[in-house]
Order: sequence, then structure tokens, then C-alpha cells
Amino acid sequence: MKTFTYTLTHPNGLHGRPAMELADFARTLDSAVTVRKGERSAPVDHLMALMLLGASQGDEVTVAVEGGGEEKDLAALEDFFRANL
Amino acid sequence: MEKIGGVPVCPGVALGELYVWERAPAPPAAEGGGPARELERLLRARDRAEEILEEQYRLALSRLGQDEADIFRLHRMMLEDPDFWAAARGPVESGQAGARAAALAAGETFARQLRALEDPYLRARADDVAEAARLLAAQLDGGEAPLTLPGPVILAADALDPGELLTLDRDKVLGLALGRAAPSGHWAILARAMGLPAVTGVEIAPTWSGRQAGLDGETGELWLEPDGETRGRLQARGLARAETAAAQALAARAPAVTRSGKQIEVCANIGKPEEAAQALAQGADGVGLFRTEFLCLGRADCPGEEEQFLACRWAAQAMEGRRVTIRTLDLGGDKRTPWLPPEEGENPALGLRGVRLTLARPDLFVPQLRAILRAAAFGKLAVMFPMVTSPEEVDRARALLDQCRARLEAEGVPAGPLEVGVMVETPAAALLAHKLARRVDFFSIGTNDLTQYTLAADRQSPALAGLWDQRNPAVWELIARTAQAGKAAGIRVAVCGQLAADREMTGRLLEAGVDELSVPPADVPAVKARVRELD
Repeated sequence: MKTFTYTLTHPNGLHGRPAMELADFARTLDSAVTVRKGERSAPVDHLMALMLLGASQGDEVTVAVEGGGEEKDLAALEDFFRANL
Repeated sequence: MEKIGGVPVCPGVALGELYVWERAPAPPAAEGGGPARELERLLRARDRAEEILEEQYRLALSRLGQDEADIFRLHRMMLEDPDFWAAARGPVESGQAGARAAALAAGETFARQLRALEDPYLRARADDVAEAARLLAAQLDGGEAPLTLPGPVILAADALDPGELLTLDRDKVLGLALGRAAPSGHWAILARAMGLPAVTGVEIAPTWSGRQAGLDGETGELWLEPDGETRGRLQARGLARAETAAAQALAARAPAVTRSGKQIEVCANIGKPEEAAQALAQGADGVGLFRTEFLCLGRADCPGEEEQFLACRWAAQAMEGRRVTIRTLDLGGDKRTPWLPPEEGENPALGLRGVRLTLARPDLFVPQLRAILRAAAFGKLAVMFPMVTSPEEVDRARALLDQCRARLEAEGVPAGPLEVGVMVETPAAALLAHKLARRVDFFSIGTNDLTQYTLAADRQSPALAGLWDQRNPAVWELIARTAQAGKAAGIRVAVCGQLAADREMTGRLLEAGVDELSVPPADVPAVKARVRELD
């Protein structure tokens, strides 16, 4: 399993369009990806669970990638977070 | 006359007859066929609800814009969500609940959890999941009757779902007076985009139908049987608003001409074909940069020729004869996709990216060039190559383009005329601009990358924040050389980086000889206004 942490910069945080884009994007990956904020975590392609993390601008989230092409997917996700969130 | 207070939501005024609408109660549940039958009904209802949301997404996209369309995409994704779906189907499968009760309960469960969050934006999404669940439940009984209006009326209702609002006959609705709809709800975004004056928080009486009313979306006031003076005041306000809007629209569409009479094309940068409508609404003279990477990022495979053709054709047609400049794939470097193998080497910005990548991968380049050539038969298109560093790269790209055109001709597939240009975004391209100018129809100076490569400073690096500066004299020297070389060769010179929208620098860019500025759609009116102030 590989992880990275990221501080959300998008004014809407992890919901609205960024969350939809993320859930859509995650479907193209081979690995199982979870996003954690504090004690709550959500599979990245579960939109409702992502929204219920309640992650807003300035919050730190941890993204964990497991299985499949971990390294490749981790890099793609890091790019995605930087570009969209 | 009776004045009723409300909360202002969307500006504008309306005068006319009131029509009170209530959502018809659901028919008695047709349950009792057992869990298997109920589950089947639920599955079919979900298919139908998703179809409806897809239709509404398209409708909103073509009539309003991406933000408005995304509301329907959100609702659809909520219905597809695995947790929502588990909550809806679980009780049906176990026989604990009928399909309708389960669908509505699933919506309520998630709405309650969202309402418990701190973030006000997220709390407002509780309405969305409830609305999506209601749409699903309605499909179990053949769908809801559409909201039809008797004539031009002020529509009074407790609340409206986004779908109900979107499919209203716009000619028959003058304004909205709502009862319990939250001002932060998605309905408000739609109402604003539809140009509907709206207030909420109004205590509506069912007996209002047919009565005359006046509504002011800026103050939140609603008058029943407004007197002559109130009507006159509202009419004057409405007229003034319409005049201002018309004047602004006219100014936005008018060309940007300097005091000395030089016309500057102010174009828009877009990343998706749908954004062409927004560019046009802001008065853009064309699209100066259409990034095509959106087609590729976040998906498992590379889009084929047909998909790229449709996207380019859409943009070309949406711009109604104005030029659309398409940048060929600018992938590689830091823009990776799952299907593009990560490259070796430590510095992606200096790696196989832009035209280097596409020249090395004809399987990517040829379908795109063919798509662009075909789309050029439907509008005024230009193509440009990113990350060029040598005249040879331009020669090779042009040769490939010529081959693609010859091939299309041989196949009997129509292809249109195409201007060909290069992005000047490396110091090498700027220094060899005189050689490049002989090979192309235009330059487009990409100041973001040009700054990064000239100053050896990564824009993303916070430690270098002060160093990455588009106004740096070294960057200017290269911009000036490029513009000069373009002028000498008699070709068009455009600027499409962040610098193009920097209104303090507009004067210097024009002095350098730039003919076109391409900026984010929202910046078009301000940049045009700035050009008009200059000599």
C-alpha cells in the first residue's frame, strides 16, 4: 500500500464538481483507492461517502492506493489532486 | 395591495398573474408483488431515472452551461452511488419495504447525514440527494406529470426540483415565488442562468392563483394586486435592467479597437467544447487556445478519431464562424494519463512532451490530425503544435498533416482549410522565430511555459514564487523578438498565457506587435475594455 497526504485548496473542498471528477477519474485506475479524513474514510469511487467525509478547503486528506499498478496510479492521483483539488 | 416579504434570490422583476402549483401526491403504491417483483421495478425505475437525468444534462448543457448541467450529473452519480444503491435495494430484497418506500428512505438517510455536516455547501447537497431519490421513486409509477403552465405567469410553489425548473416552458414563466426552497439550493443556479427573477421564503396561499402580482428579485418583495405606483416603479426597474444587459452584451460582442484604430482579436482559452458557448456569451472573437487534453485525462484509453472529430466539430460550430485554434495533444511531462507509460528521467518538464511525444507516437497524432482536418469542413479552424524547439519539428508535423489530408482525399472524406501555427513557449522557439515564421501562418506565445523555461523556475514550486514572473525582462525580450519575427514575415502573432489577461501589460503587448490575446472566457470583456482605452 502506498499513501500520500494532500491539503485541499479548492474552495468547494471535496465535493461538488471536484468530487464528481475524482469519482469518475478513479474508475479508470486499477488499484483500490481510499481517501481518509480524520477517522472517516471512503472508497474513492463512492461519491456519497466522499461527500460525507466533509472535507473542506484547507483540510488534509490521506489517499491510500493498494494493489494493481500502485505506483502508476499513485502518481496519476497526485497529479489529479494537484490539478483539481 | 398587499406586500409579502421573502428572501431575494435571483435579480429581476416580474409583473403578472400568479399560478400556484403543487406537486401531485403519489398514486397509491402498486406494491404487493413480493420482493423479487419489487426489486425488478426498482431496477427498471433506476434505468429510467438515469435516462431522464442524462437527457436533462444534455438539455442544460446546450441551453445553459456546464455548471448548470453538472447539477444533473451530480444527481445521476448519486443514484449510481454504490452506498445509495445498497441502502435502496437492501430493504426491498429482504422484503422489509416496497420499492418506493425504500427509494425515498435511502434518499432521506443520506440527506440527514449531509445535513449533519458543518460545511454549508455540503449541507445544501442534502436537497440534491432527496431530489434524486424522489425522481427515482416517481419512475416506479410511470413518472411524474410534467409541470405545465396556463400562460405567462409568476409561478408560486413550495419548491421546485432542478428537473422541473429546467423543463419549464420559459416563455410561460415570468418569475418564481417559492415557499421553502433554500436560497443556496441548486434550483437557484438554474433560475439565475434562465434569467428568472426569484424569491423564496414566501408563505403561499393556494387561493392566489389568478391574482395579479409584482415580484422584485433584488429586494425579495412580492406584492399582491400592486397599485399603479408600485407597478410603474417595477416596470421602470425592469426596463433599466434590460437596457443595461443589452448594452453590456453589445459592448462585449463589439470588436476591441484601440484609439488609433487597430483591431485586436480578444479570444478565449477553453478546455472543453461545451465552454465555447460561454466564450461566445462573453463576447470572444474566437477561441485562441482549445486544449484537447481533456479528452484524454482521467480515462483508461486514448480517444479515437471519431470522438475527437465530434469534439472539434462541436467547438467549431458553436463559435458560429469565428476561428477556433486547436492545440494538438500536449501530454507527457507532468500531464500523464493511465494509458501513457511514465517516462524515464528525472525532469518531466524537459522530457518527451508536446509535439515531441506526438511525433514519436503517430498512433496518437494521426487520428487527431485527421479529426481536426475533418472538423475544419464545418467551421473556421486552426491547428497549432505545442513545445516546438526546432524548425525540423514543424516540418515533420506539417508533412504528417499533409499526408493525412492526402489520405482523407483519397478516401473521399471531406477535409476543410486549416491555418497552421506553432506555440512559442521555449526559448529555442523564440530565438529561432524568424525561421519558424517562414513555415507557419501564425505564432501563439504561451507565456506560462516560456517563463518557466526561460527562468528555469517551476511555476508550481512555492519556494520559487517570486522568481516565476511573466514580467521578467528576459521573458519580455523573447516575446518582443517573437512578435518582431512574426511581423517581419507578415504572420499573425497571438499570446495565450496568463500574461494575455494581465491588463497592466496589455499596452506593452500591443506595442510589441501582438494581434491577438487569448484569455479565460470570463476575462474577455475586461480585456476588450482595456484595449479600447489604449492608443
